[in-house]
Amino acid sequence: MMGRRTPLFELHQELGARIVDFGGWDMPVQYGSQIGEHHVVRRAAGVFDVSHMCVVDLHGERTRAFLAALVANDVGKLKQPGKALYSCMLNESGGVIDDLIVYFLAEDSFRVVVNAGTRDKDLEWTRAHAREFDVKVVERTDLAMLAVQGPDARTKAARLLSSSSASAALALQPFHGAQIDEWFIARTGYTGEDGFELMLPATTAVRVWRELNALGVASCGLGARDTLRLEAGMNLYGNDMDETTHPFESGLGWTVAMEPRERRFVGRAALERVLSAAASGQPGQRRLVGLILEDRGVLRSHQKVVVPGAAQGSGEITSGTFSPTLERSIALARIPIAHAEQVQVDIRGKLLNARVVKPPFVRFGKPVMSNWTSKNPEKP
Amino acid sequence: MSEVPADLQYTKTHEWVRTLPDGTVEIGITDHAQHALGDLVFVEVPEGGRTLAVGDPCAVVESVKAASDVYSPVAGEVTMGNPQLASQPEAVNSDPYGAGWLMRMRPVKGQTSALMSAADYRELLQTEGD
Repeated sequence: MMGRRTPLFELHQELGARIVDFGGWDMPVQYGSQIGEHHVVRRAAGVFDVSHMCVVDLHGERTRAFLAALVANDVGKLKQPGKALYSCMLNESGGVIDDLIVYFLAEDSFRVVVNAGTRDKDLEWTRAHAREFDVKVVERTDLAMLAVQGPDARTKAARLLSSSSASAALALQPFHGAQIDEWFIARTGYTGEDGFELMLPATTAVRVWRELNALGVASCGLGARDTLRLEAGMNLYGNDMDETTHPFESGLGWTVAMEPRERRFVGRAALERVLSAAASGQPGQRRLVGLILEDRGVLRSHQKVVVPGAAQGSGEITSGTFSPTLERSIALARIPIAHAEQVQVDIRGKLLNARVVKPPFVRFGKPVMSNWTSKNPEKP
Repeated sequence: MSEVPADLQYTKTHEWVRTLPDGTVEIGITDHAQHALGDLVFVEVPEGGRTLAVGDPCAVVESVKAASDVYSPVAGEVTMGNPQLASQPEAVNSDPYGAGWLMRMRPVKGQTSALMSAADYRELLQTEGD
């Protein structure tokens, strides 16, 4: 069955990409070697087609109040136009409907980027809540989105702009965005490297991609995007969190703003119950951790994690892969809270040893040393 | 089009079989299979002495993306797994019919007659759109 296609689909085919279904979209998983594409982003620059992601503009005088009620992080932190905020959107039970980025453009204009696989329910949920705030929800299907990532990414991408625009683009601070000529440029990404995410008119996407290729920016597929994000310790919606898990057991507590206390966002009451249960030491508490496999093998999602000393049974890998940078397997796993530095993972019936670490595993091209050099677990 | 050496025999599940002069066989996965799997990062091969029936899962090849079983093309006893693959799984990608062999077996007599010829395997790949 044919899936949805981005404006770059024919170009991906021309470039020899292997196309796979990704959340209903026909997307390039790799052009050549997936590991090669991974390394080029850590060492130079690569470009990803992320046009399947859903860009939504919100308009109306009460947009900030609307977002304050809709998402778990506090849009009150967005004081300078262009500033971005990563947040979860929760249901009433505190489960994660989606994770997203909000850009503050103007007091009556915000931009939100949500996942492709959750587009339909996100739009429905957002529109349903927008009504009482008189906020207009406009999906920007006219835009394509390219992620240009890697240590050389920003300077290469800026070469496609006039010199004054290039200066403005290069002056963007991390996690800020701005409309510069016909591009909305954000210094954001999903790889653990510096770079830009470019939102541009869909009709220009093929030309821009070719120009980036001509500057030596390599075409990279969603396969490399996944190993890069996992090394960077970033969650993938649907794997590492979903509507049945709350942010505190998904490594996303840092994205939840419980202060100010008077901000009544959707899911707040449920999260308050979670926090008081945790404070009173109720059983059943879980956390999302990083794992590094010490034995040979590859960690994969849904493998069972045996936690010594945890009375409440086992945990589970939520995302696992081979890390091209560390040359060993890494994972995110949801496990019972216990003072375990070493766990075992059931891989095809064999229990293999893994070390519990705090993500990220890799940042700006380098292993996060505390995570992978010390073989000795810390003494409690 | 992937490489299909004429002197080997094949299975529908993309394993190849080389009959050695002493009657034992060497087994691996085809060029088509390694290409479809992508960069291999872990290979688990059977130990010598294991008895296998046709179609038994006998090895695991893992790419960055996924783990895949390899099925025994013949019945018989494993004489050895390829010891080099523990440290060099990428040999299956770079040399699938040579250094990337997975295991050697002593097959039950007559076992190799049911395998596909190179010509038949090429045809299978064409129908699969290789």
